[in-house]
Amino acid sequence: MTAPDSPELADRAAGWAGAYVHIPFCARQCPYCDFTVVVGRDAEADRYLEALSIEIASEPPWRPLDAVYVGGGTPTRLGARRLATIVETLADRFGLASDAEVGLEANPEDWTPEMAGELAAAGFGRVSFGAQSFDRRVLAALGRCHTPADVARAVEVARRAGFGSVNLDLIYGHPVEDARSWTTTVEAALGLAPDHLSVYALTVEPGTKLWRDVRAGASAPDPDVQADRWEEVQVRAEASGLVRYEVSNLARPGHACRYNLTVWAGGQYLGFGVGAHGFRDGVRRANVRRLDTYLDRVRAGLGAVQSSDLVSGAEAERERLMLGLRRAAGVVLGQGGEAFVASDEGRRLLDAGVVEVRDGRLVVLRPLLTDLVIRSVLG
Amino acid sequence: MVDRARIRNFSIIAHIDHGKSTLADRLLERTGALSERDMREQVLDTMDLERERGITIKAQAVRLEYVHPSDGHHVLDLIDTPGHVDFSYEVSRSLAACEGAVLLVDAAQGVQAQTLANAYLAIDAGLEIIPVVNKIDLPSADPDRVAAEIVGVLGGRPEDVVRVSAKTGEGVDELLARIVADIPPPSGDPDAPLRALVFDSYYDPYRGVVCYVRVVDGRLSSGDRLRFMATGETHDATEVGVLTPAAEPVAVLGPGEVGYLITGVKEIGRIKVGDTVTAVARPAAEALPGYSEPKPMVFAGIFPTDGDDFVRLREALDKLALNDASLVYEPETSRALGFGFRCGFLGLLHMEIVRERLEREYDLDLVATAPSVAYRVMTASGEQREIRSPQDMPDPGEIVSIEEPFVRAMIITPSEYVGAVMELVQGRRGEMVNMHYLGPERVELTYLLPLAEVVFDFFDQLKSRTRGYASLDYEPAGYREADLVRVDVLLNGQPVDAFSSIVHRDKAYQYGRAMVERLRELIPRQLFDVPIQAAIGSRIIARETVKAKRKDVLAKCYGGDVTRKKKLLQRQKEGKKRMKMVGSVEVPQEAFVEALKVDR
Repeated sequence: MTAPDSPELADRAAGWAGAYVHIPFCARQCPYCDFTVVVGRDAEADRYLEALSIEIASEPPWRPLDAVYVGGGTPTRLGARRLATIVETLADRFGLASDAEVGLEANPEDWTPEMAGELAAAGFGRVSFGAQSFDRRVLAALGRCHTPADVARAVEVARRAGFGSVNLDLIYGHPVEDARSWTTTVEAALGLAPDHLSVYALTVEPGTKLWRDVRAGASAPDPDVQADRWEEVQVRAEASGLVRYEVSNLARPGHACRYNLTVWAGGQYLGFGVGAHGFRDGVRRANVRRLDTYLDRVRAGLGAVQSSDLVSGAEAERERLMLGLRRAAGVVLGQGGEAFVASDEGRRLLDAGVVEVRDGRLVVLRPLLTDLVIRSVLG
Repeated sequence: MVDRARIRNFSIIAHIDHGKSTLADRLLERTGALSERDMREQVLDTMDLERERGITIKAQAVRLEYVHPSDGHHVLDLIDTPGHVDFSYEVSRSLAACEGAVLLVDAAQGVQAQTLANAYLAIDAGLEIIPVVNKIDLPSADPDRVAAEIVGVLGGRPEDVVRVSAKTGEGVDELLARIVADIPPPSGDPDAPLRALVFDSYYDPYRGVVCYVRVVDGRLSSGDRLRFMATGETHDATEVGVLTPAAEPVAVLGPGEVGYLITGVKEIGRIKVGDTVTAVARPAAEALPGYSEPKPMVFAGIFPTDGDDFVRLREALDKLALNDASLVYEPETSRALGFGFRCGFLGLLHMEIVRERLEREYDLDLVATAPSVAYRVMTASGEQREIRSPQDMPDPGEIVSIEEPFVRAMIITPSEYVGAVMELVQGRRGEMVNMHYLGPERVELTYLLPLAEVVFDFFDQLKSRTRGYASLDYEPAGYREADLVRVDVLLNGQPVDAFSSIVHRDKAYQYGRAMVERLRELIPRQLFDVPIQAAIGSRIIARETVKAKRKDVLAKCYGGDVTRKKKLLQRQKEGKKRMKMVGSVEVPQEAFVEALKVDR
């Protein structure tokens, strides 16, 4: 088996060029979701596609893209033809590297053989299904409409259509989930032989329905339970040949998500669509978050960018460490890392076995404590 | 010099909020000392804090010119007294400057503990007492019942109780006439050697220490060379005068007169309240009786939340002490709280006032340790030591016996709450001395109680168990031997000095349990399990554990929220800076503040 992850891979991604395209349409709003989404506005798909084309066309020319990520929302609400157009538009404008990763997110219940076939023909090679759980009770609590069988079918359909990389998203730690339910979920997910697993702790994001419920007295996810769940998935996934390369992400060798690797390596990426973010030439840009504003502004030729910040010097060093420490391969020590390991807190964390320095890189040995480390490093 | 026969010196004594300051204002207004328009509400309370709390901290004296309808012109010296027992020494000195007292009682609330405590002080001082029921304009006023209560306590006849409304002015003229008629003029020999009582003092930034004096014998003249008999210091009288209430210099103060004296002394500690002033040229043989040093009763460590504020705290205490001779403080070092001061106070209210003034007037953020009292420890070597801080307690092996201060506490409560009060006091190791019905529905209970039990949340508990109706007053009642132990609190095996407390052995477990449970909630999870233990010496009496933190990471960090996550972590990082390291344990500043709160 080739190494699933390596310092070389972690660092090489810094030189990649990525593009993120946000599709805000959803059939309904999930109670835990704080992404930019709109419900019941699918009729505006063509106007949205048009705005995306304008936005892409107005981006200054760049290098061929190493990774394209179409996320949402629910990209499949747009239909295969429009998604194909987006990839064409990006390829025409910037070009695609020969080994480019072109991926999208999809809901299992929307995924049909026809759609899969069209998307594969348009160049999509990676699909990420929001499986979340294989326990109906948990799925209901998460506000999801698909069944475990839908996920199995979707994976099968994707394989047949020729998708070379299939990811499953799982969410752990909902209060209705118990240990057995989680074991069942992990085993069922691994039973589908995914190339990639993203396992996320359910997080109470401000402003979501979940957040309002918790404030009103509903039970919140228990961090200790979540730690148990995380540990369990590591053991089971590794036994199936998946290796963790980031706090919440595991992959078979060669299947780590290129787009995300680019983000964590401090590489550059463009962001298109409502609420999308980009990072190019040291500038972080954020697009407006309201769909109407986005459509109006782009079509009026005003651009979608709401804010842009130049990140340089100490700030850039902080970001490099903050992002890089999430990687299993760690991050090159550099100025900030050197200062940290020399500090009292750094020594304490080294002594406690939370971090180590390995070949000039700072590596978090207890990924569940990554933010504790980052806060110390931010010094 | 004023004719002695025309002088009346009096105080107004009252429970808090019974309307003393309003009555004083009305008296000033009626005698023309102030026009209604010029008058700031409640002239006698000059400090903002006094106004807010409705109490008077420093006594002042005001001269009123009064024309009696049938008996002509009189000089009335109104000597204001602090209403609270913490300042009972100051009260007693103010009363010693008077021949009479107006005992003011709220027509709705009736006789309260401070009413009685101060009335007894006035009776002990041999003062003529004029009972007055105030606030007769209130809808809930019951002047007849309250008059009967007063008579029940002090004797006399209900019809002699004056009924006033300081707010509307009703009855105030009658009261003025009664002051002249009932209170005897001062005695004293104008030709005897000078004896003047210093009954209060304050620090003026321009004039230095200003003494309030009552001349008993002889004459006090501007320019006199004076001797302060208790301190032995000699100073010149650079100015003497009276307050109307504006300061008006006079050439001479004669027997019975009340006024101020300025000597140019800059440090308040050099002038002692209760001291006797005499003339160097012709000194008195004997000082006036009753002088004693103010003795702090309650002690607490006060520390700046931010260690960098230590110097500012010292400066603030120095400034407060300029005007408060009873505030004592010395530097103290705590491993947990850093550099601060162990401060001594006359009582709980005094402590609260000092702390509030430090925070408010000097903009300091403070942590105070639990209040403690002064214990007397007899050691094996035969030595007696006064222990004001739990840290100074010798090892149990060295201790032969410990004595703790007791107080005589007077509690007045509606009779329906007697059971609740008894339960509270018994839980505080109280011993009943007396129970006395003031009327069919109100009871006076007298207890002997350890002061340590009173300083610990007693007043709040009393209020909550009696729906706010009970009142409390207390006075020192000597020392008694008790079975006391020091309970330490250990974090990860290390004692945290700020949390140590001296408690009765029977309550040690309860205290230790409460502290460790409280701290378990307050101390954030660390990289390792943190045992929190309460111990007497090396014996652990309670234990809790803060389990090690297992998860501290955001699930996702994708391209869209790099900036948001960075800001979030940065903010959390700022929170971390407010942590104090106790050994290897990070303790948030708030944990100290919360754990040390008395209201548990």
